[in-house]
Amino acid sequence: MAALRAGKTNNEADQPSSPVLRFGADKPLKLDAGTLLSPFQIAYQTYGTLNDARSNAILVCHALTGDQHVASTNPVTGKPGWWEVLIGPGRIIDTNRFFVICSNVIGGCLGSTGPASTNPATGKPYGLDLPVITIRDMVRAQQMLIDHFGIEKLFCVLGGSMGGMQVLEWASSYPERVFSALPIATGARHSSQNIAFHEVGRQAVMADPDWHGGKYFEHGKRPEKGLAVARMAAHITYLSEAALHRKFGRNLQDREALTFGFDADFQIESYLRHQGMTFVDRFDANSYLYMTRSMDYFDLAADHGGRLADAFAGTKTRFCLVSFTSDWLFPTEESRSIVHALNAAGASVSFVEIETDRGHDAFLLDEPELFAAINGFIGSAARARGLSA
Amino acid sequence: MSVNGSQRVDLEVVANLIPPQSRVLDVGSGDGSLLELLQDTKQVDGRGLELSQRGVNECVARGLSVIQGDADKDLEFYPDKGFDFVVLSQTLQATRNPKLVLDELLRIGNRAIVSFPNFGHWRVRLSLFVKGRMPVTQDLPYSWYDTPNIHFCTIRDFVNLCEELGATVEKATALDAAGQKIGLSMPWWFWNFFGQQAVFLLKRS
Repeated sequence: MAALRAGKTNNEADQPSSPVLRFGADKPLKLDAGTLLSPFQIAYQTYGTLNDARSNAILVCHALTGDQHVASTNPVTGKPGWWEVLIGPGRIIDTNRFFVICSNVIGGCLGSTGPASTNPATGKPYGLDLPVITIRDMVRAQQMLIDHFGIEKLFCVLGGSMGGMQVLEWASSYPERVFSALPIATGARHSSQNIAFHEVGRQAVMADPDWHGGKYFEHGKRPEKGLAVARMAAHITYLSEAALHRKFGRNLQDREALTFGFDADFQIESYLRHQGMTFVDRFDANSYLYMTRSMDYFDLAADHGGRLADAFAGTKTRFCLVSFTSDWLFPTEESRSIVHALNAAGASVSFVEIETDRGHDAFLLDEPELFAAINGFIGSAARARGLSA
Repeated sequence: MSVNGSQRVDLEVVANLIPPQSRVLDVGSGDGSLLELLQDTKQVDGRGLELSQRGVNECVARGLSVIQGDADKDLEFYPDKGFDFVVLSQTLQATRNPKLVLDELLRIGNRAIVSFPNFGHWRVRLSLFVKGRMPVTQDLPYSWYDTPNIHFCTIRDFVNLCEELGATVEKATALDAAGQKIGLSMPWWFWNFFGQQAVFLLKRS
């Protein structure tokens, strides 16, 4: 556990405990930054069995701080997979029926090439020498992984938040390889407010003296304080005011009265500090910079002459979008504008807004209406694809 | 947004107007009954637009391709002639701008199918004439102050609107209170008096 402790190199980054696919000099990854990444590797997990027709594959795209361990125990935290409520044997996304693939994104820190990985040119971690990674770069790498499995067309690509951005990018860049797409709680671009929050997080990391310009591993340090603050600020944006108040109110933490000091008097303070502390145990600070940047740079309409509908022109992919009423990071309007673009492109699209006070993070939680929508969408897509129940 | 208390006897009439494998947009798809009927019996490529979030969530959970949206606002996002048929079933009278909505239907679909309750039905006339009160019938169960039906029309009114919009009536059917088709040979005034509901198949002239 806690493989990312200060002073050690990040073992999961180079030698992940999940399967890993390594691409040599003959297969570089073309990056939007204008360079080639080579060699590079993709760490992934799979669940279930690929059928003979290779038509039952579902690609799950993870969010900002997610990883490939979507439906099995996380080797770093020892906790269950991050979407086990949805994916597994007998679950809504039934791994007895579907072949589920989830890979760590490029720029991540759990085994796919990222800033914590060893740069073969120097023998040291890349740090900021890794070019900035975009959502499209992540998807391009995933596509190489899908090729490796010999899968022509994915039955479904799904994911929430940053994962949803990858889903949209997949559907736009490789429409013929995506039978159905399920982007949840996401947007076709990162809003100014969202970029602002990310910048706060990055500045917190970089203001930590232990960051050392990104070369903290070489100094035997990690910018834990800065990264924890970044996580605390971000975590607030994943919830909602109503949910926070419902959960914590103004309740005091293990005390009868205010202390007239700056200890964590309130439960919410204690909760956030805990969130920050546990996060630094499992995540690399530089990777956090790269992940947030990839989302900031995402603007699917801008990639298509400013017209989002053109990103989906002629698409035959079946779409289902989901948003949550209390999500202020990716409000329903963001999904609705994608729906309008898909309408204009003549695409098959469903769109569900789910009433909940649990904010952006609702997509990771046990939300019966979300599951009902996913179940209905996947079920009808499976019938259309000719997959047996 | 199917705002009608009846058993939707018009659904089968609508379904019979649509050939198999058509591309269909159902505006005001409600709980998805029509889309499901069309998918099961006609294997159509069906999409829905529905105002109530509950209706949409139910539809999607049933595997139908439906989005939340407002017929008054969201039709503009659909491309010209994107569908073979656009259906507006029991919804016209609840829109804010029925003329604009009908115009949009004719733009989006090669053909439009519109069904609506006929405010010229004799029971409605009788209620106003005898009681002097806004009619509340089994078919139209709302009081005047809480009805979502803000733009009622009669069959004659609707025919006039079609003329104004340059739409050709390719087929029209009136249903009596029992949901039975009223004989084709009957004149408009007869339909307008005895038809409880009407179903029109339209095409831009």
